[in-house]
Amino acid sequence: MSGPSLEYRGVLSINGPIIMVENVSNVGYDELVSVKTPTGEKRLGKVIQVSQNVVTVQVFEGTTNLSPSETRTRFLGHSLEVPVSTEMLGRIMNSYGEPIDGHPRFFTEEKRDVNGYPINPTAREYPKDFIQTGLSAIDGLASLVRGQKLPVFSGPGLSHNELAAQIVRQAQIRNATEPFNIVFIAMGIKHDDADFFRKSFEETGAIKNVAMFLNLADDPPVERIITPRAGLTLAEYLAYEKDSHVLVIMTDITNYCEALREISSSMEEVPSRKGYPGYMYSDLASLYERAGRIVGKKGSITQMPILTMPNDDITHPIPDLTGYITEGQIVLSRNLEKQGIYPPINIITSLSRLMKDGIGKNNTREDHANIASQLYSAYAQYNNVKSLVAIIGEEGLGTHDKEYLRFGERFEKALIKQGRNENRTIEQTLDIAWNALSDLPEEELTAIKPEYIQKYLHKTDAEAI
Amino acid sequence: MATAEGTVIRIAGPVAEAKGMSNAVMHEMVEVGHNGLIGEIIRLEGDHATIQIYQNTSGLKLNEPVIGTGSLLSVELGPGLIGGVFDGIQRQLESLRVLTGPFIKQVHGITALSQEKKWSFHPKVKTDAKLVSGDILGTVKETNLVEHRIMVPVGVKGKLVEIASEGDYTIVETIAVIEVADGKKTDIQMLQRWPVRIPRPHTRRLFASIPLITGQRVIDTFFPIAKGGSAAIPGPFGAGKTITQQQLAKWSDANVVIYVGCGERGNEMVEVLDTFPQLLDPTTGQPLMERTILVANTSNMPVSAREASIYTGITLAEYYRDMGYAVALMADSTSRWAEALREVSGRLEEMPAEEGFPSYLPSRLAEFYERTGVVETLGTDGRTGSICAIGAVSPPGGDFSEPVTQHTKRFTRVFWALDAELAGSRHYPAINWMASYSGYITDLTDWWHKNVDDKWADYRNEAMHILQAEDELKNIVKLVGPEALPDKQRLIIETARVIRIAFLQQNALDPIDTYCNPKKQYKMLKIIVDFHHLAGNVIIKGAPIFKITELPVIEDLMRMKNSIPNDQLERLDEVEKKMHQNMENLEATLR
Repeated sequence: MSGPSLEYRGVLSINGPIIMVENVSNVGYDELVSVKTPTGEKRLGKVIQVSQNVVTVQVFEGTTNLSPSETRTRFLGHSLEVPVSTEMLGRIMNSYGEPIDGHPRFFTEEKRDVNGYPINPTAREYPKDFIQTGLSAIDGLASLVRGQKLPVFSGPGLSHNELAAQIVRQAQIRNATEPFNIVFIAMGIKHDDADFFRKSFEETGAIKNVAMFLNLADDPPVERIITPRAGLTLAEYLAYEKDSHVLVIMTDITNYCEALREISSSMEEVPSRKGYPGYMYSDLASLYERAGRIVGKKGSITQMPILTMPNDDITHPIPDLTGYITEGQIVLSRNLEKQGIYPPINIITSLSRLMKDGIGKNNTREDHANIASQLYSAYAQYNNVKSLVAIIGEEGLGTHDKEYLRFGERFEKALIKQGRNENRTIEQTLDIAWNALSDLPEEELTAIKPEYIQKYLHKTDAEAI
Repeated sequence: MATAEGTVIRIAGPVAEAKGMSNAVMHEMVEVGHNGLIGEIIRLEGDHATIQIYQNTSGLKLNEPVIGTGSLLSVELGPGLIGGVFDGIQRQLESLRVLTGPFIKQVHGITALSQEKKWSFHPKVKTDAKLVSGDILGTVKETNLVEHRIMVPVGVKGKLVEIASEGDYTIVETIAVIEVADGKKTDIQMLQRWPVRIPRPHTRRLFASIPLITGQRVIDTFFPIAKGGSAAIPGPFGAGKTITQQQLAKWSDANVVIYVGCGERGNEMVEVLDTFPQLLDPTTGQPLMERTILVANTSNMPVSAREASIYTGITLAEYYRDMGYAVALMADSTSRWAEALREVSGRLEEMPAEEGFPSYLPSRLAEFYERTGVVETLGTDGRTGSICAIGAVSPPGGDFSEPVTQHTKRFTRVFWALDAELAGSRHYPAINWMASYSGYITDLTDWWHKNVDDKWADYRNEAMHILQAEDELKNIVKLVGPEALPDKQRLIIETARVIRIAFLQQNALDPIDTYCNPKKQYKMLKIIVDFHHLAGNVIIKGAPIFKITELPVIEDLMRMKNSIPNDQLERLDEVEKKMHQNMENLEATLR
C-alpha cells in the first residue's frame, strides 16, 4: 500500500489474455497491473487470483508480443479507475475514458473505481417519470421510465442501430428542469457502425450532449469488459453528483457476453449453458443494476441495452439472462422489418414493467393506460384474424373481423411505422392511436373509460392521414 | 477452545484460503483482512481453511489476518426484526446506509438489531418456576400485529431465579436468570443467536391440514397450499413470478411474512418497500409491513451473501414459528441461489454435475424445503407453529427440464407452473392449470368443508374436469373449427371460457379483485358450475348453444370478481337467482 511499487521482471506463463507472475508480495485482489512489453509498450491488466507463489493477471489489451523473460509488471495498489468529467460530453472515449476523437484532453474532475458500488436497496427510489423517445411504439406501448433498464432485443441485420441513433437524437424528459445527457457505450461494434453513429450524432448536433465510449470489434475482448463500466461510472457521476438525468445506451450486449465467454474459457472455468460462464447472470446484473434513482438525488440513470439475439432465439442465454434482470424488453421483429415497417417493434412480445407507474395524468395523458391496453388487445385480435386470413382468405371474413384487419393495418402503418427523423410527442402518438381505433366500432373499445371515448374519439379526425 | 488466527494465502473472487487455521471448525464465521470482511469456513484441510467471503473482496491482500469468531454463521434473534430490511447475512440495510451512504461499501460491525432501543417487556412467569427450552418468559409488543414472545433459549432448562419486572429494556439487558441443573446460573437476554445452517429444534412434526389462504382463486381453490407446506413457482421471465410472490406476501393469512429477494432486481425491492407500509392486511386492517421482514440481496450484491440469504430467511422463519406463529416465506428466486452455489463451487474447482451445478444441489434444496412444516414447538405449553415456503424458480429459457426446477419439484408438494403463453395473452396470474398440481387437496378438503361448504370438493373437481375436457377438445377445434362440435361439447368450451376469464384470471391491480376470500371463491365457482349443469339440461331439451352464449347473465358472471366486494356476498345470490331465471326463461321458450 505504501511506497513506490516494485517492478517485476519476467512472467511464469502466458495463456490467452492471462499471465502468471511469480514471487510477488503485497498484492491485492482486483488490483490494477501495469504490464510492459519487451518493446516498451505499456498495457493494463488486473489481478484475478492471488495465491502464495503466483499471481494471475488478466491483460486488458491482450498478450501479443509478451515474452516470459522480458515482460515487466508493476502492481499499482488500487483497482482500475477511470476519469470522469462533465467535459466528456460531446467527446469520444476509449474503454479507459481517454479521448480518441483527436481533440485535446479534457479536464479530469475525478477518478473513480470502474466497478462502482452496489446501490443499497433501501436507498433506491421507485422509478415513475416518463421519458419521451419520440417513437410511438415505445412511448405509447412500452414506455420508458427514468431509472428503468429496458433492453432492445434485436436480431442480426435488423435496424437496431438506426433505432438507437434515433433515440439518442430524440429522447427527452418532461416536467423536469435538470439536464438530460446521454452516455453511449459501443462494445465490439464494427468500424462502419461506429462511423454511422458518430456521423449521425455529429450531423444533428446531438453529439454535444453525448459521451461516447467506443470499443471496436477488433479491439481486445478483455477491454470490452471495461467499456460499459467506464461509461456507467461517468453516468453515475453525472447523475448523482451533477444532478443529470442520464440515458445510457449500450450496444451490443451480445459482443460483451461473447468476450466474457472467451475470457472464461481461456481461464479454464467450468462452463454453464452454451459455454457461457456460470456467473454471467451476476456479471450482467453488475451492469444493469447500476440503473436507478437514489433517494435525495435529483438525477437518474436509465439504461437501454441493445442485444442481437443469436439466430433470433429469445431463449438464448444472453436475452434470457438479460430479461430476468431488466424491467421489460422491446423486441424487434424480422417480419415487420421485411414489410418495410421501421421501427420493426413487435408490441406483442414487448413489455415495460414500470410503465404502469410512469404514465397517466401527471406524466403523459389520462387516457394513456386505457389506450395502451386497448391497442394491445385489438392488435392481438388483428393477429388472430390475420392467421385466419391465411387459411380462409380475406373474402371469408365477417365484417367484425374485417374491421380488425383494417385497424391492424392502419395501426402498423400509421402508429408503429415512422420516419427515421420523425419525432412524435406522446400527445401525437395518442392521437394517432385514437385514429387507428376509430376503425373499430365503439362498443369494441371495452378497455377505455367511456368519458375518454367521449373526449378523444373522432376529435382528431380532421388531421387524419 | 482457542480462536483461530491465520493468514490469507489465496484469493479468487468470493473465495479465499487461509493457513494457520487449525483451531477453526467447519462453518465457523471468520473475519478476513484488515477490513474485517465476514466469511464462513467451507472446507478444512490440515491447518488450511477455505473461506467463502460475504462481502466484496477487492483490495484484499495475501498475508492479511483471518480471525475466527468462535461461532458458526448466525443470525440475531429478538425484537426489532419485523419491519426490518436485511442483506443476505442479516446486516440491517438502513444502518448500513447511514454509515456508507446510498452505495454499499466495505464497513465494519453492522449489527442486525438495535442494541440501544428499549422494548416494553411483560413477564409471563414467576420466580421459582421450572422452565424448559421454548417456555415463554415474557412478551414484547413488537408491532401492532406481532407479539414477540421471548423464549427460554434452546439447551437451557432449570429453575427461574430472577425475572425482570414489567418495564423497558434493551435487547442486551438481562431479563431473566435461570439456575440450570448443576447449580450454575444462566443470564438470559432478549437478544439470542442461532446458526443459520442448523434447523431450530421442535418437539414433533404435525400433519398440515389448514390452508394458507392467499385470496388468489387459482391457488386457494385449484392448487391450494397448506400452512406448513412448500410450493414452487417456476416460470420464464415476464410470466409474473415476482408479482405472484408479492401477491402472496401481501394477502396470505400468515402471522409473519418473510420475503427473501435473492439475486433479483433492486427496483422490485423498492416497490415492496414503498407499497407494503401503505397496504393494509385484509384481516386486521394494519399495515402489511408490521408483519413483514425483508431479506434483500439484489443481483448486484455479493454472490455468496446471496447463497446465505435463503438460510437467513428460513432461520428467522423458524424463530417466529417457535413462538407459535404461522410463517410464510417467499424466496425469489431460488434459481439465483442455486447459481450462487454453482459459482462458489466453480471457484473451489469441484467436479460439476448437471449444467455446471454442484452435485450437492439436490441435497441443499431438500435441506431447505425440509425446514418447512407444522410443528409442536419446544416448551411445556405445546404451541403449534408452521412455516410455509414458496420458492420462485427461474428456469433458463423457460425450460422446466433444467436441474433447479426438476429437483425443486422433488421436494415441494405444490407446483404452480407459470406459462409464457398465458402471460402473453395477459391471462394473470399466468398459472397453467394443466401443468400445475397440489399435493394438499385431500388434506385440506376437511377445512373447506367445515369452514366454507361441504360441497367444496365436488365443485372444485367438477370445474377441474371441465377445464380438462376443454383442453382435449381444443385440439379438435384447432383442426375442424368449433362449429363442427355437438352443442354439448361446445358448452364445455363456453363454460371453460367463463371459468378462465371469470374465475382463474385475477387482476392484482384491481382494488376488489386483488383479494378474494374463500367464501366468495366458493360461491363464484358454485354459480359457474351450476350454470354449466343447468345449461346442459336446457341443451338436452333442445336449446341451441348460441342461445346459451347470448344469455345476459354471462356478463354478470364475468363481472362477479371485480364488481362484488368480499363483504357483500349476498349480491352473489342475486347473480345466482338471475342465472336460474335466465335458464328458466330460456327453457320456457322451448316448450
